[in-house]
Amino acid sequence: MATDTKSRRATNDPLWLRILLIGLSIGFVSVLLVLPLVVVFAEAFRAGVGTYFASLNNPAAWRAIHLTLLAAGISVPLNLVFGVAASWAIAKFNFPGKSFLITLIDLPFAVSPVISGLIYMLLFGLQGYFGKTLAAYNIEIIFAVPGIVLATLFVTFPFVARELIPLVQEQGDEEEQAALSLGASGLATFWRVTLPNIKWGLLYGVILCNARAMGEFGAVSVVAGHRGSTNTIPLYVEVLYNGWNAPAAFTMASILALLGLVTLAAKTYLEWKVNQQLHDTLEPIAAEAIV
Amino acid sequence: MSIIVEHVSKTFGTYRALDDVSLTVNDGELVALLGPSGSGKTTLLRIIAGLEIPDEVESSAIYFHGEDVARRQVGERQVGFVFQHYALFKHLSVFENIAFGLRVRPRHLRPTKQQIHDKVTELLRLIQLEGLGRRYPSQLSGGQRQRVALARALAIEPKVLLLDEPFGALDAKVRQGLRNWLRRLHEELHVTSILVTHDQEEALEVADRVVVMNQAKIEQVGTPAEVFHHPASEFVIDFLGNVNVFHGRIEQGKAVLSGLAVGDRAARSASKNAAASETRQGHLYVRPHELEIERYLNGSPAIPALVSRINPAGAFAKIALTTNEGGDIQVDLPLERYEQLGLQTGETVFVSAKKARVFTPDYVI
Repeated sequence: MATDTKSRRATNDPLWLRILLIGLSIGFVSVLLVLPLVVVFAEAFRAGVGTYFASLNNPAAWRAIHLTLLAAGISVPLNLVFGVAASWAIAKFNFPGKSFLITLIDLPFAVSPVISGLIYMLLFGLQGYFGKTLAAYNIEIIFAVPGIVLATLFVTFPFVARELIPLVQEQGDEEEQAALSLGASGLATFWRVTLPNIKWGLLYGVILCNARAMGEFGAVSVVAGHRGSTNTIPLYVEVLYNGWNAPAAFTMASILALLGLVTLAAKTYLEWKVNQQLHDTLEPIAAEAIV
Repeated sequence: MSIIVEHVSKTFGTYRALDDVSLTVNDGELVALLGPSGSGKTTLLRIIAGLEIPDEVESSAIYFHGEDVARRQVGERQVGFVFQHYALFKHLSVFENIAFGLRVRPRHLRPTKQQIHDKVTELLRLIQLEGLGRRYPSQLSGGQRQRVALARALAIEPKVLLLDEPFGALDAKVRQGLRNWLRRLHEELHVTSILVTHDQEEALEVADRVVVMNQAKIEQVGTPAEVFHHPASEFVIDFLGNVNVFHGRIEQGKAVLSGLAVGDRAARSASKNAAASETRQGHLYVRPHELEIERYLNGSPAIPALVSRINPAGAFAKIALTTNEGGDIQVDLPLERYEQLGLQTGETVFVSAKKARVFTPDYVI
C-alpha cells in the first residue's frame, strides 16, 4: 500500500518462511555433502602428511589412478563425438526410429550400472557369446582394461548427448543456413557457427561425463573382477577399506574427491565465464533511431 | 540481375506448398511476394535462394541472369538472404557478423584484413550503426539487429537480395522506419531484391511490383497501383485491405445487389461473357472509402443502414453500419464530410457506392 514505504511485492514471503527454507537448504548441504567431504580429507590426513604420501607411494595406488584417468580419457572423447553426432542427428533430421533412439540414449540412466557390467560379462566373458572367439584371438576384454573402458562408456553415454539435444533443438538451423548462404562450407559452418553456439553446453556435458567416468563403481566393479591390476580408484578404495586399511582408503578417496572438486571448480569457472560473456555490456543500448 | 522462375513446384510430404509457379523479376527491381501464411511465398523465396530444393519437374528451371542455377548450392548462388528472426551469429560481434561472408572465402579470394575492415566500416555507416561494431547481437534492439543482418548479407556483394519477412518481428513504428530506409537503400544500391511479406501495406509501399500469392499459386502480378485498383480476383481485393462484400445478381449488364445497383464498367465487363439478358449471381466489392453516406434518398440506389459505431480517430472517420438483413458495412468518410453530416450512432442513413468491382463465379455452360 501507499503507506508502506518499502514496496512489498506479492511474492514477498514472510521472514520466518525465508529463514526456514534457507536454513533447510544450507543444513542439508552441510550435513549430507560438505561434512562427508571434510571427513574424507580429515581422515586421510589424520595420521599425518607423511603417512598420506606414504600410502600414495605405492604401485597399486598409482596403477589405480592411471587406470581411472585412462578410462575417463578414452570414454569422454568418444562420448563427446557421439554426443555431438547424436544431438545433431536428433535435432536437425527426421528419420524413422528417432524417438526410439532418444529413449535408448537414456537407457544407462534407467538401468542399474551393475546390470550393464553383467551384460558385458555375458557378451564378452569367457562363457559369453563372443567369449570363445575373443579367446581364440587372444583378446582380453573382461577382467582387463578394455572391459573397464566399455563399462565406463556405457554409464557415461547419455551425459553429453542429453546436455546437447535440447540446446541444439532450441537453436534451430537458421544460423547455419545464414552461414551457408554467405558462402561458408559445411565444415566452416560447423567450426565457426555450430560449435561456438554449443560450446558451453558441450563443455558442461563433458565435465559431468568426466566426473561420472572417474567415479563409476558398479559397472566397473563387475567387469574388473577384483584383480589388483584392474582396480580403478573407486574399486581400490573399497579393496583398501575392506582390508582394514582405513588411512590408505581415505587417502585414495581424497584423491578422488580432489578430482571431483577440480571438476566442480572447472564447472563453476565455466558458468562464471558464460555469465561474463553475457554481461559484457559496453554501454547502454542507444535508442532506436533510424532517420 | 534478372531472375526467372519457371514451372516450380514444391511438395512437403503430401502438402503442396508451390504449384507450378512461374515468375520473372527484372534487373534492379524490388519485388514483394505478398500473401497469407501458407500461400507458398516463403517457400518460393527459399527455392530461389537455394535453401529449398524444388520438386523434380522436367520443365522446371531457375535462371539468374539467363544462367540456370537450379543445381547450385546456396553458397554458390551469391544471394544475400535476410531471415525473419535475423539469424545473427550470437557469439560474434556486430563487426564479425558482417565480416563473416568475407572471412570464410577460400584463401585466394579472401580480401586482406585491411580490406575487410574498410568494407565492414563502410557497411556499418550504411546501416547507421557506426561505433557499435564491438557490440554483440544481444545488446542491440530488434531494428538494429535486422540492419546488421542486412549489412551481413550485403557484405558478400550479392547479385540478389532476398528478404524473408524482414520486419515481421518488429513493432509498428520501427517497421515503418525500416521500410522507408530499405526503399532508400534499394534506390541507392539497385540490387535485384525480393521481399516476402504478409503485410499488404508494406508490399504496396516498398515494392516496384507486387506478386500476390494464395494457396501455392500466384494470383496476380502488377505494380502496387495495378493490384490495388485493378485486382484480378476476389482473393486479391479481399487481401489488399478492408472491403465490403455485397451478394446479388447481375441483370442486363447491371449489378443489382441488395438494393444497390451499379452500372459501371466493372459490372459490364464482368458480365460480358454472359448474354446481356442473362441473370447471374455475383459479388460486389466496395472499399470503405468508396462508399458514401446520405441522410436522405436522392434518387440514386442506396441501402438503408443503422449507424452502429463511429471512430473518428484517424485520417478518415470509420463508420460501422448494420443493414436491415443484419449485414455489416464499413464506411470510411473524409473527416469534413463526417462533420458536415453530424452523424450519431443509432440513426438510420442511406449508403451508396461511388465505385465498385463485381466478380461473378466462373462462367459455366
